[in-house]
Amino acid sequence: MKWMHRLLLVALAFSAHATLQARELGTDERALHVLNRLGYGPRPGDVERVTAFGVERYIDAQLHSEAIAVPPALTQRLDGLAAIHQSTGAALAQFEEARKAAKNDDEDGKKLRRETYQRMGLETAEARLARAIDSPRQLEEVMVDFWFNHFNVFAGKGLDRAFIASYERDAIRPHALGNFRELLGATAKHPAMLFYLDNWLSVAPGYQPPQRRGKGPANQANGLNENFAREVMELHTLGVDGGYTQQDVTALARMLTGWTFLPRELIRNDTGFQFDARRHDDGDKQWLGRQVSGRGRDEGEMALDVLAAHPATARHISYQLAQYFVADVPPPALVDRLAKRFQSSQGDIRAVLATLFASAEFWDPATVGGKFKTPYQYVVSAARAANLPVVNVRPLIGTLAQLGMPLYGCATPDGYKNTEAAWLNPDALTRRINFATALASGKLPLARPDDDAAAPAMGKAQLERATDGERAANARWASDPVDPTQLANTLGGTISAQTRTAVADSQPALRAALLLGSPDFMRH
Amino acid sequence: MLRRDFIQTLALGAGAIFLPGMQAWAATNPDLNASKRKLIVVMLRGAVDGLSVVAPYGDANYARLRPTIAIARPGQENGLIDLDGYFGMHPALRPLQEYWQQQRLAFVHASGSPDTTRSHFDAQDYLESGTPGRKATADGWMNRLLANLPGPALPTRAISVGPVMPRILSGHMSAINIANGAAAGRATLLDKPQVGSAFDRLYQSGQGQGAQPDKYASVYQQAQSAHKEMMSSMQAESQMADNGAPLPNGFPDDAARLATLFRNDPRVQCAFIALGGWDTHANQGAGSGQLANRLAPLAQGLATLAQRLGPMFEDTTIVVMSEFGRTVRQNGNGGTDHGHGNVMWLLGGPVAGGKVHGDWQGLDEAHLYEGRDVPVTTDFRSVLAPIVERHLQLSDKQLNLVFPDLPQHGLRTELIRRI
Repeated sequence: MKWMHRLLLVALAFSAHATLQARELGTDERALHVLNRLGYGPRPGDVERVTAFGVERYIDAQLHSEAIAVPPALTQRLDGLAAIHQSTGAALAQFEEARKAAKNDDEDGKKLRRETYQRMGLETAEARLARAIDSPRQLEEVMVDFWFNHFNVFAGKGLDRAFIASYERDAIRPHALGNFRELLGATAKHPAMLFYLDNWLSVAPGYQPPQRRGKGPANQANGLNENFAREVMELHTLGVDGGYTQQDVTALARMLTGWTFLPRELIRNDTGFQFDARRHDDGDKQWLGRQVSGRGRDEGEMALDVLAAHPATARHISYQLAQYFVADVPPPALVDRLAKRFQSSQGDIRAVLATLFASAEFWDPATVGGKFKTPYQYVVSAARAANLPVVNVRPLIGTLAQLGMPLYGCATPDGYKNTEAAWLNPDALTRRINFATALASGKLPLARPDDDAAAPAMGKAQLERATDGERAANARWASDPVDPTQLANTLGGTISAQTRTAVADSQPALRAALLLGSPDFMRH
Repeated sequence: MLRRDFIQTLALGAGAIFLPGMQAWAATNPDLNASKRKLIVVMLRGAVDGLSVVAPYGDANYARLRPTIAIARPGQENGLIDLDGYFGMHPALRPLQEYWQQQRLAFVHASGSPDTTRSHFDAQDYLESGTPGRKATADGWMNRLLANLPGPALPTRAISVGPVMPRILSGHMSAINIANGAAAGRATLLDKPQVGSAFDRLYQSGQGQGAQPDKYASVYQQAQSAHKEMMSSMQAESQMADNGAPLPNGFPDDAARLATLFRNDPRVQCAFIALGGWDTHANQGAGSGQLANRLAPLAQGLATLAQRLGPMFEDTTIVVMSEFGRTVRQNGNGGTDHGHGNVMWLLGGPVAGGKVHGDWQGLDEAHLYEGRDVPVTTDFRSVLAPIVERHLQLSDKQLNLVFPDLPQHGLRTELIRRI
């Protein structure tokens, strides 16, 4: 069938030539493409730096991010954010203390609760955004966001407010470019996931919780909860069409009974995941066509082994990576190759990404600029391109919430989508343009230090309700307007001739806003 | 009655039944006439527990299988609001009781998707595409509905509330979305003339290098018209006598704004809004608690919507739906897991209310789907079809474009009172 294969290749080459005007990407275009897709877009001088360093070498360096030095200013900033350094137990202790303080309904207690909750969320978000904007380990930041989203937990659900920082630090970040099985295990066992998808409460039928005074959580547990068992197969591993049944969901839930954490012990000695044999259903199960006899904790570990090595998981993860990095409807041949690499490397995320970044599909000129940025990608890339010092991240956090993508605020376990169909709509376009205009003109109070008590907070609600007086207070902390010439140089060839013409025709004060609010900058 | 017979009846009787009832202004303005009948879809994402919304307290299995989460019987503390001596409505739905009494509120129990997936995301997708079991469908059924509604297609004919465009409205017909909360009607930087005209130029269509920029241009233009619409509506609202007490944030507030928009612009015909937080795997509560706290603002918002639509309520059908129901037995944590059949709610002037419709088979284990769930005895499309056909007046052929492979059984003539 060799002749047929050849004929097909000729036909494909011809049609590619005819429809896409296939051409080699220039050096700057290649540099911009990796800056956009492996990271959150160029900052001034980045294209020159990547070109001088070499695009292939840059990709390789990003894949081994631990060798890239983090600038001292960023390290210093992160050091000052207590929430991301606290142990899970210490964070929970603080959370519970604040919750108890507010129980008596007195104003001081409520204030303490509000401030504690806000600070936890704000510091965690500040760390995430500061890294996304300033860290040279751009791919690591992209993959932290990708995997957090893949193994999503919601900060708005109870204890998870206290857990998101250590979840990202301990379960996601160390494995972002590592091994999938380890990532899967780390997320499954973190209190953030055990709590979010209720597995901490799932127990063998007939389990008698130890008698405690009051309504401790142990008293709520007297049977199976299949929430995590379903989502770990549907979302985290096999995918919804991965070939499992309701019986498999129930069986896996039984296998995972006893995978829990005890809030008291977490607070007392920072013990997170525990296997509680008394809660475990040790009976025989039928799961994914295999006989599972009672083996305690090992049943769950075996299940994660099987799921991580399953061909459906390789496909599912490969599809998602290709959709994120290449195209909304990823080329099937690429997904196949990535899935093969996923399996041959036993789920080595770095190896799969290396295959992806070396693929013809990734470098196809039709791929370049073909993805519509998510709100997160849009906001972070705008902050990078504008090159304003972001001391105060609240305006960015508020914008993300307005755009429908609050940071750590996705309530459902499927995480946010990254397709154009999900994010391009009339309201979003207007809001992006407004954000671009405010950012470019220097109107956002990004330079306001957090300890300036005179300035109002600028969360979502405050942004919407700011009075003129508050606006004036914020104006003190406004930035200089963004220099449109520097911005145009930074963005280089990603800005179309049509947009350049419209920008050149407009008054200088609006040029940077037009660049950041253009359709060109909304794609990457 | 078979559907075809029904259509013929409609065709023969249309002139006699329909036209004399129309107001003069509407009859002389075909645009407004065509868009007089409204549809509002409220989707509860996360699978609301239908057995707590409309509870079969008359079935002893209900209390037995839900020892700590069954809602108390009518008359007891925090008990159900009796509907028909067998079913009762959750006490948090008290604001809707008057509509039940006026026969403007109906439920269809044991309804849902014929596809048996227990994945939230697939099940929502099917509910929105209108093609259960078929993932390749590119558009949503409300978008196909827009393509087939009588009268001219206008960009502001369909409105979604929220920052993302839902699957149900995606497709080639344009629809607009407005923000949640008061921000929707506020002036923005883009309303400054200099900024606005600069971006108008940037986003003008027709001079692009291909189809891609035009796509953004048209979304931009839709955004501008939606925004102007909202601004003028909110201005009108502030001048109206019944501006009313401020509502709690969230759904009641959004519902009030939506009603204003409908009343202010007669061309607005369809709306969609989604509410989350129904996935009650643990501690869902009973007459009070987590689920009750979600249902209360929903009921308040629906009642607000009904009141503030004013006379327009008589021409409006509001549908509340959710991707699937939850297990009949409570789970180990005072919650419920993913199930199958659920309850759909219909509210509005045209609704044959005061009745729990559907083929209810009881909670006896032998009748449960896979021994655990309420079976689906009414396809969700059989509930939506009469709304599309009788209320919004699509032809048989058009109905089949909106819902291809529509099942032939169902409640075609029972749900919508008048045509």
